Amino acid sequence: MSAPTLSKSSPASARAPHHLPERRGSLARAVKRNLSAHGFLIGAVLCFSFFSWYPMVREFFLAFQKNKDGRTTWAGWSNLSYVFNDPAFWQAWRNTLLFTGLALVLGFAVPFLVAVLLNEFRHGQGYLRMLVYLPVMLPPVASVLLFKYFYDPGYGLFNRILGIFGIPDQQWLQSTSTAMISVVIAATWMNMGGATLIYLAALQGIPGELYEAAELDGAGLWRKIWHVTIPQTRLILSLMFLMQIIATMQVFTEPFLLTNGAGPEGSTMTVVYLIYQYAFNFNNYGGAAALGLVLLVLLAGFSAVYVRLSRPQED
Amino acid sequence: MRPRTLISPAQLGRRRGKVVYWVVFALVMVLFTLVFLGPMYWMVSGGLKTTQEFVKSPPTLVPTSVHPGNYRDAWRVMDLAKLLGNTLYYAFGALAFQLVLDVAAAYSLSKLRPLFGNVILGMMLATLMIPATVLVVPQYLTVLDVPIFERNLLNSPWVIWLPSVTNAFNIFLLKRFFDSIPQELLDAASIDGASALRTLRSVVLPISRPILGVVSIFAVVGVWKDFLWPMLTLPDPGKQTLNVGIYSLASGVPENWLIAALTIASLPTLILFLLFQRNIMSGLTAGGLKG
Repeated sequence: MSAPTLSKSSPASARAPHHLPERRGSLARAVKRNLSAHGFLIGAVLCFSFFSWYPMVREFFLAFQKNKDGRTTWAGWSNLSYVFNDPAFWQAWRNTLLFTGLALVLGFAVPFLVAVLLNEFRHGQGYLRMLVYLPVMLPPVASVLLFKYFYDPGYGLFNRILGIFGIPDQQWLQSTSTAMISVVIAATWMNMGGATLIYLAALQGIPGELYEAAELDGAGLWRKIWHVTIPQTRLILSLMFLMQIIATMQVFTEPFLLTNGAGPEGSTMTVVYLIYQYAFNFNNYGGAAALGLVLLVLLAGFSAVYVRLSRPQED
Repeated sequence: MRPRTLISPAQLGRRRGKVVYWVVFALVMVLFTLVFLGPMYWMVSGGLKTTQEFVKSPPTLVPTSVHPGNYRDAWRVMDLAKLLGNTLYYAFGALAFQLVLDVAAAYSLSKLRPLFGNVILGMMLATLMIPATVLVVPQYLTVLDVPIFERNLLNSPWVIWLPSVTNAFNIFLLKRFFDSIPQELLDAASIDGASALRTLRSVVLPISRPILGVVSIFAVVGVWKDFLWPMLTLPDPGKQTLNVGIYSLASGVPENWLIAALTIASLPTLILFLLFQRNIMSGLTAGGLKG
């Protein structure tokens, strides 16, 4: 078959996609081809421009602007210093870091352990997988209000269950010491399905010979997990770890719905809730943007460091 | 035969192994059913109880008297038909926009390879790195007064539909699938004189049914589950989604009605999940294993 000279076919074009064809008159065709290709792109590109890229740029400018009586003025660093001097700022960060820490202990470890366990079962895996994923499909309002009822100190289910084991009633969402962990438990239940299924798929890709070899060397259950399971899934584990941190640092819906945002004495007020409050309760868009910028810089910095640290180990 | 896992078949074959396996298996089956299905049972049955029975301590496992009328009352009082209709309208509109615009974009980036295509793809993927919540404020200000068009999109369905197109993850999934379609197929179509659009319609789309299914489900579920954005951009109670509407009505209705409303709001996505379980799970791992 004589290959058509248009560069869009033939595998060679995959290597040099923008290489201009040498045939005379083909410039016009290349232009035409590009026009049609960009025509297919234009809708999505417009949407990204208006609702993603432009807001990104705008976020940056907002952080250094003040808005008063419909007039926008340059504010320099004053938004940032305002945010840093707000006592709520530090409390929100402490709460967010606490949430992230607890969510890592629960939300990162539990799905992995569940996946390792389910992977051993020769029966009922489909059913169990379905169960774990069910809450992910619930609208958040439904799962959150369910947990609100379970946490109720009066007629709530959780205190009844604790009662069976002789543990005294807890205040759950109403006490500063338990509010955050209660939110984390609910959030883990709601969201663990996705991570569990991803880990299961990764576990199923581990070659069985590795376990056999480990057994020949006399490894027990824990050493097999430590020396085979974890190293073999490290890539996906480290990726999920990063995504989990980025996601949990942005937590909003769960505390907002469970504890009306701030919780008892502000004990569940997160950074994103503070952004929300600045913008939509105090009409302080500059402060909200400045706070957002702090979060953005912190997460971007964290991702960069994390990616750099985890790279050399992959050789 | 299933691949070997952590525990060796020999160990499982022994008497003790068998006993341990079945005990652990039974425990996990019971525990998981209680933990994950239990709350849903509690929700459905709670909607059938009277208000007095609902707040009784200790709670009853089976409603002493069944009141299916709660569901009817909740439906009527909270105007769930309206909320449900709104949510369906937003979800399927968003699906239509994503299917047309994101598929076209992914097709172009994967197969037509326009100039600067990689730059555009890179800029789209970069949006995945930006914490989404950081953008809520500037996005909100943008839809208040969309530049160039100078339109206020608040309370209009566009405010859900158009931003839903900026789903870089879906574009990435689609592009990866299109990349795996052999170029020879497209060449054959173009030799036969098919235009790019025709090739997309008659060659690419029919092969891509599995990934289109996955992307569609994620699109619908995404809108169904979203809370913050619709709460901000659809303040008109007549335009709200189920999530936001139920949340704002929650404190004003009796508990048993509220629980009935939650059951009704949960049903569509649960049914969707039971019907398309396999597609959802394959889509999830397809995205997760990108490495």
